[in-house]
Amino acid sequence: MTNTATEALCVVVERDIPFPPEKIWRALTQPHLIEEWLMKNDFNPVVGHRFNLRGDWGAVDCQVTAVEPNKALSYTWAALGLESVVTWTLTSTSTGTRLRMEHSGFRPDQQQAYQGAKYGWQKFFAALERVVAGLS
Amino acid sequence: MPNAHDVLFRTLADPTRRALFERLCREGEKTVAALTARARVSQPAVSKHLGLLKQAGLVRDRHEGRQTHYSAQLGALAPLIDWTSRMTGFWQGRFDQLEDLLKRIDQ
Repeated sequence: MTNTATEALCVVVERDIPFPPEKIWRALTQPHLIEEWLMKNDFNPVVGHRFNLRGDWGAVDCQVTAVEPNKALSYTWAALGLESVVTWTLTSTSTGTRLRMEHSGFRPDQQQAYQGAKYGWQKFFAALERVVAGLS
Repeated sequence: MPNAHDVLFRTLADPTRRALFERLCREGEKTVAALTARARVSQPAVSKHLGLLKQAGLVRDRHEGRQTHYSAQLGALAPLIDWTSRMTGFWQGRFDQLEDLLKRIDQ
Protein backbone atom coordinates (compact mmCIF):
# COMPACT_ATOMS: atom_id res chain seq x y z
CA MET A 1 0.00 0.00 0.00
CA THR A 2 1.49 3.31 -1.07
CA ASN A 3 -0.93 5.61 0.76
CA THR A 4 0.44 7.19 3.88
CA ALA A 5 -1.82 8.84 6.41
CA THR A 6 -0.45 12.19 5.30
CA GLU A 7 -1.59 11.54 1.77
CA ALA A 8 -4.91 10.37 3.09
CA LEU A 9 -5.71 13.94 4.11
CA CYS A 10 -3.95 15.73 1.33
CA VAL A 11 -4.52 15.46 -2.40
CA VAL A 12 -1.87 16.86 -4.72
CA VAL A 13 -2.26 17.12 -8.46
CA GLU A 14 0.65 18.52 -10.42
CA ARG A 15 0.94 18.94 -14.18
CA ASP A 16 3.16 20.62 -16.71
CA ILE A 17 0.94 22.72 -18.90
CA PRO A 18 2.18 24.23 -22.20
CA PHE A 19 0.83 27.72 -21.47
CA PRO A 20 2.31 30.67 -19.58
CA PRO A 21 1.31 31.31 -15.94
CA GLU A 22 -0.58 34.48 -16.92
CA LYS A 23 -3.01 32.53 -19.06
CA ILE A 24 -3.56 29.84 -16.45
CA TRP A 25 -4.04 32.55 -13.82
CA ARG A 26 -6.95 33.93 -15.84
CA ALA A 27 -8.60 30.51 -15.93
CA LEU A 28 -8.13 30.17 -12.17
CA THR A 29 -9.47 33.60 -11.25
CA GLN A 30 -12.09 34.80 -13.77
CA PRO A 31 -15.59 33.59 -12.79
CA HIS A 32 -16.81 32.84 -16.32
CA LEU A 33 -13.65 30.82 -16.99
CA ILE A 34 -13.73 29.04 -13.61
CA GLU A 35 -17.27 27.95 -14.45
CA GLU A 36 -16.01 26.25 -17.61
CA TRP A 37 -13.69 23.85 -15.84
CA LEU A 38 -14.70 23.81 -12.18
CA MET A 39 -18.15 25.03 -11.12
CA LYS A 40 -20.51 28.02 -11.21
CA ASN A 41 -19.16 30.64 -8.83
CA ASP A 42 -18.97 34.23 -7.63
CA PHE A 43 -15.21 34.25 -7.23
CA ASN A 44 -13.18 37.41 -6.84
CA PRO A 45 -9.39 37.26 -6.34
CA VAL A 46 -9.37 39.38 -3.19
CA VAL A 47 -8.16 38.08 0.17
CA GLY A 48 -11.13 37.70 2.51
CA HIS A 49 -13.70 37.43 -0.30
CA ARG A 50 -16.30 34.76 0.42
CA PHE A 51 -17.73 32.82 -2.49
CA ASN A 52 -19.64 29.67 -3.39
CA LEU A 53 -18.91 27.00 -5.91
CA ARG A 54 -22.17 25.46 -7.05
CA GLY A 55 -22.44 22.00 -8.52
CA ASP A 56 -25.39 19.73 -9.27
CA TRP A 57 -24.84 17.99 -5.95
CA GLY A 58 -24.65 21.10 -3.77
CA ALA A 59 -22.50 24.07 -2.88
CA VAL A 60 -19.00 24.54 -1.55
CA ASP A 61 -18.44 27.50 0.79
CA CYS A 62 -15.12 29.17 0.15
CA GLN A 63 -13.06 32.14 1.25
CA VAL A 64 -9.97 33.52 -0.45
CA THR A 65 -6.94 33.40 1.86
CA ALA A 66 -4.01 34.24 -0.42
CA VAL A 67 -3.58 35.91 -3.79
CA GLU A 68 -0.22 36.35 -5.49
CA PRO A 69 -1.01 37.12 -9.14
CA ASN A 70 0.34 34.55 -11.62
CA LYS A 71 2.03 32.67 -8.78
CA ALA A 72 -0.21 31.46 -5.99
CA LEU A 73 -3.84 31.31 -4.97
CA SER A 74 -5.40 29.80 -1.91
CA TYR A 75 -8.95 29.42 -0.63
CA THR A 76 -10.78 27.52 2.03
CA TRP A 77 -13.18 24.84 0.88
CA ALA A 78 -16.01 23.75 3.16
CA ALA A 79 -18.22 20.96 1.90
CA LEU A 80 -19.90 17.91 3.40
CA GLY A 81 -18.87 19.03 6.86
CA LEU A 82 -15.20 19.10 6.01
CA GLU A 83 -13.13 22.21 6.35
CA SER A 84 -10.26 22.09 3.93
CA VAL A 85 -8.01 24.34 1.92
CA VAL A 86 -7.12 24.43 -1.76
CA THR A 87 -3.81 25.97 -2.79
CA TRP A 88 -2.70 26.59 -6.35
CA THR A 89 0.93 27.21 -7.21
CA LEU A 90 2.12 28.29 -10.66
CA THR A 91 5.78 27.95 -11.53
CA SER A 92 7.09 29.20 -14.84
CA THR A 93 9.06 26.58 -16.81
CA SER A 94 10.90 26.58 -20.15
CA THR A 95 7.88 24.92 -21.78
CA GLY A 96 5.08 26.71 -19.96
CA THR A 97 3.94 26.27 -16.40
CA ARG A 98 4.07 23.68 -13.71
CA LEU A 99 0.66 23.86 -12.08
CA ARG A 100 0.29 22.37 -8.63
CA MET A 101 -2.95 21.97 -6.69
CA GLU A 102 -2.92 20.90 -3.10
CA HIS A 103 -6.17 20.12 -1.31
CA SER A 104 -5.69 19.32 2.34
CA GLY A 105 -8.37 18.17 4.69
CA PHE A 106 -7.70 20.49 7.56
CA ARG A 107 -7.29 24.22 7.73
CA PRO A 108 -3.71 25.50 7.75
CA ASP A 109 -4.59 27.89 10.58
CA GLN A 110 -5.49 24.87 12.69
CA GLN A 111 -2.22 23.22 11.78
CA GLN A 112 -0.37 26.40 12.57
CA ALA A 113 -2.08 26.80 15.91
CA TYR A 114 -1.21 23.26 16.84
CA GLN A 115 2.33 23.23 15.60
CA GLY A 116 3.64 24.09 19.02
CA ALA A 117 1.44 21.50 20.67
CA LYS A 118 2.95 18.25 21.72
CA TYR A 119 0.65 16.27 19.51
CA GLY A 120 0.58 18.29 16.32
CA TRP A 121 -0.77 16.97 13.09
CA GLN A 122 2.65 16.08 11.76
CA LYS A 123 3.41 13.86 14.66
CA PHE A 124 -0.06 12.40 14.49
CA PHE A 125 0.35 11.60 10.79
CA ALA A 126 3.76 10.11 11.34
CA ALA A 127 2.31 7.82 13.98
CA LEU A 128 -0.65 6.90 11.83
CA GLU A 129 1.39 6.01 8.77
CA ARG A 130 2.15 2.65 10.28
CA VAL A 131 -1.44 2.25 11.37
CA VAL A 132 -3.01 3.05 8.01
CA ALA A 133 -0.46 0.90 6.21
CA GLY A 134 -1.91 -2.04 8.08
CA LEU A 135 -5.52 -1.37 7.13
CA SER A 136 -5.69 -3.23 3.85
CA MET B 1 -27.98 13.28 9.78
CA PRO B 2 -24.25 13.89 9.47
CA ASN B 3 -22.38 11.33 7.42
CA ALA B 4 -19.43 9.28 8.60
CA HIS B 5 -16.92 11.68 7.04
CA ASP B 6 -18.34 14.68 8.89
CA VAL B 7 -18.15 12.97 12.24
CA LEU B 8 -14.69 11.56 11.66
CA PHE B 9 -13.15 14.82 10.52
CA ARG B 10 -14.82 16.87 13.24
CA THR B 11 -13.73 14.43 15.88
CA LEU B 12 -10.11 14.37 14.77
CA ALA B 13 -9.96 18.14 14.25
CA ASP B 14 -9.57 18.58 18.01
CA PRO B 15 -5.92 18.27 19.13
CA THR B 16 -6.74 16.77 22.54
CA ARG B 17 -8.88 14.05 21.00
CA ARG B 18 -6.28 13.42 18.35
CA ALA B 19 -3.65 13.05 21.05
CA LEU B 20 -5.78 10.57 23.00
CA PHE B 21 -6.51 8.57 19.86
CA GLU B 22 -2.88 8.58 18.82
CA ARG B 23 -1.83 7.32 22.21
CA LEU B 24 -4.33 4.47 22.06
CA CYS B 25 -3.04 3.59 18.59
CA ARG B 26 0.53 3.61 19.77
CA GLU B 27 0.28 2.09 23.20
CA GLY B 28 -2.79 -0.11 23.01
CA GLU B 29 -5.66 -0.36 25.48
CA LYS B 30 -5.72 2.12 28.38
CA THR B 31 -7.99 3.05 31.27
CA VAL B 32 -9.43 6.55 31.62
CA ALA B 33 -7.21 7.07 34.67
CA ALA B 34 -4.06 6.10 32.76
CA LEU B 35 -5.02 8.40 29.89
CA THR B 36 -5.75 11.27 32.28
CA ALA B 37 -2.42 10.87 34.07
CA ARG B 38 -0.57 11.99 30.98
CA ALA B 39 -3.14 14.32 29.45
CA ARG B 40 -3.12 18.00 30.22
CA VAL B 41 -6.84 18.10 30.93
CA SER B 42 -9.08 16.85 33.76
CA GLN B 43 -10.57 13.36 33.94
CA PRO B 44 -14.12 14.58 33.10
CA ALA B 45 -12.66 16.29 30.03
CA VAL B 46 -10.83 13.12 29.02
CA SER B 47 -14.03 11.11 29.49
CA LYS B 48 -15.97 13.56 27.36
CA HIS B 49 -13.37 13.36 24.57
CA LEU B 50 -13.39 9.56 24.77
CA GLY B 51 -17.18 9.63 24.46
CA LEU B 52 -16.92 11.62 21.25
CA LEU B 53 -14.20 9.32 19.91
CA LYS B 54 -16.49 6.40 20.68
CA GLN B 55 -19.42 8.03 18.86
CA ALA B 56 -17.18 8.42 15.82
CA GLY B 57 -16.29 4.75 16.01
CA LEU B 58 -12.64 5.56 16.65
CA VAL B 59 -12.46 3.85 20.04
CA ARG B 60 -14.22 1.00 21.79
CA ASP B 61 -14.78 0.73 25.54
CA ARG B 62 -14.69 -2.34 27.74
CA HIS B 63 -15.85 -2.35 31.34
CA GLU B 64 -13.93 -4.36 33.89
CA GLY B 65 -14.93 -3.88 37.51
CA ARG B 66 -14.99 -0.15 38.16
CA GLN B 67 -12.58 0.60 35.35
CA THR B 68 -13.37 1.39 31.74
CA HIS B 69 -10.70 0.42 29.23
CA TYR B 70 -10.49 2.13 25.85
CA SER B 71 -8.87 0.84 22.68
CA ALA B 72 -8.40 2.36 19.22
CA GLN B 73 -10.50 1.10 16.30
CA LEU B 74 -8.19 1.48 13.33
CA GLY B 75 -10.79 0.44 10.77
CA ALA B 76 -12.63 3.71 11.47
CA LEU B 77 -9.88 5.56 9.62
CA ALA B 78 -10.90 4.03 6.30
CA PRO B 79 -13.06 7.03 5.27
CA LEU B 80 -9.94 9.21 5.35
CA ILE B 81 -8.50 7.04 2.62
CA ASP B 82 -11.80 7.09 0.70
CA TRP B 83 -11.76 10.90 0.80
CA THR B 84 -8.35 10.93 -0.87
CA SER B 85 -9.34 8.70 -3.73
CA ARG B 86 -12.57 10.60 -4.30
CA MET B 87 -10.88 14.01 -4.30
CA THR B 88 -8.00 12.79 -6.44
CA GLY B 89 -10.48 11.62 -9.07
CA PHE B 90 -12.38 14.91 -8.83
CA TRP B 91 -9.29 17.11 -9.29
CA GLN B 92 -7.78 14.97 -12.06
CA GLY B 93 -11.03 15.45 -13.98
CA ARG B 94 -11.02 19.20 -13.35
CA PHE B 95 -7.41 19.47 -14.51
CA ASP B 96 -8.44 17.77 -17.77
CA GLN B 97 -11.23 20.30 -18.23
CA LEU B 98 -8.90 23.17 -17.35
CA GLU B 99 -6.41 22.03 -19.99
CA ASP B 100 -9.19 21.78 -22.57
CA LEU B 101 -10.32 25.28 -21.71
CA LEU B 102 -6.78 26.68 -21.99
CA LYS B 103 -6.50 25.23 -25.49
CA ARG B 104 -9.78 26.91 -26.44
CA ILE B 105 -9.25 30.42 -25.08
CA ASP B 106 -7.01 32.90 -26.86
CA GLN B 107 -3.84 34.26 -25.37
